[in-house]
Amino acid sequence: MNATHSSSSSGGSGIGSGPLSHGNSPTCYFVMIGTKDNPIYEAELVSVNTARSSSGGATISEAKKEEFRHLNQFIAHSALDMVEDLQWSSNQMYLKVIDKFNERFISAYLTAGNIKLLLLHDAKSEDAIRNFFNDCYELYIKTLLNPFYEPNSIISSAAFDAKVRLSAKRYL
Amino acid sequence: MSSSASATSRLSVMSMAASLPSVGGYSSAASSIYAKRNTTNILERHLNKTRGTEVSVNAFAFLFSEMLQYTQKRVNGIQDLERKLNELGYRVGIRALDLLVWRDKNSKRETRVLGMLYFIHTTVWKTMFGKQADSLEKSTENEDEYMISDNDPMVSKFISIPKDVSQLNCGAFMAGIVEAIMDGCQFPSRVTAHTVPIDSFPLRTTILIKLDREVLDREEQLK
Repeated sequence: MNATHSSSSSGGSGIGSGPLSHGNSPTCYFVMIGTKDNPIYEAELVSVNTARSSSGGATISEAKKEEFRHLNQFIAHSALDMVEDLQWSSNQMYLKVIDKFNERFISAYLTAGNIKLLLLHDAKSEDAIRNFFNDCYELYIKTLLNPFYEPNSIISSAAFDAKVRLSAKRYL
Repeated sequence: MSSSASATSRLSVMSMAASLPSVGGYSSAASSIYAKRNTTNILERHLNKTRGTEVSVNAFAFLFSEMLQYTQKRVNGIQDLERKLNELGYRVGIRALDLLVWRDKNSKRETRVLGMLYFIHTTVWKTMFGKQADSLEKSTENEDEYMISDNDPMVSKFISIPKDVSQLNCGAFMAGIVEAIMDGCQFPSRVTAHTVPIDSFPLRTTILIKLDREVLDREEQLK
């Protein structure tokens, strides 16, 4: 009882300091965008490495997360312009951090078939994100090799989803 | 479906049981083999597993002839048939692109036309047909045309073309593969296949790649 009281008060002060900052939520938003700017897969991944352990704070940030969830799609969409700018200047696949919104960073990975993998995250090590992207690229190729999968269509496989989350838990 | 699958797993159990030493652990081993299925999730297979494997030419020729017969029943006209072959090749090409770039671990994305064409000429041809393509040329008349030639294309080798469809070129399948790879890397182009027989190679096929205007503009900017 007492413990929840104190944590909720600390959560309340956190909210007062920055109304628009949802940096309290440790989730990353991962989206794969096809060649026609259509999302083929999206996932909200909870990253354990930057998780804050306050139960009262969690309930308040849950409410804020609901509000800002649609914002993730907008942020990712606007980051696409940056990807297209950088596409021709470098022949790397991993484009590191390409954009910043409030305190969240957007990293991008461009595959050979022009599929864009975007990750909205808080500050994280580049290597961890690079490994995660490589894993997701492998999973994507395996899905693509399925002759019944139409390229550029939505990936709805539960196994794919499970593997992405597993990889996120391992690297992020 | 499940009954046939269990039948095959039973057969494999029998063969394994014959090779297993007949000690007391037989029944437990059998039950654990029973529990495992032969099929693995495609997401579990490693992408390099089939890296060096080859498919026999017979199998490919048979499959390709069936594909031709299938499309022939559903089209009217040679142009349509070539277009359908092109579409079939397209489906192969998109998958080949990502897979080959991934397997070639140190390769990066191609951003220049020449790099892309070189990739197709060497890596793609080598994986698909076992040898590099025979030549890569740039057309002298038009800025935006490139040609990749194959002296003995595997797709045409086993197809005999009757007189009334003599204009058909089965290289349209290879053209589809190349078109998919060019499209995937954001070099949209029109790709067609033409037979240019010479003395020693009557089946020599040239794949003509005509790049779109925007690709040339971008090349200019990148120079």
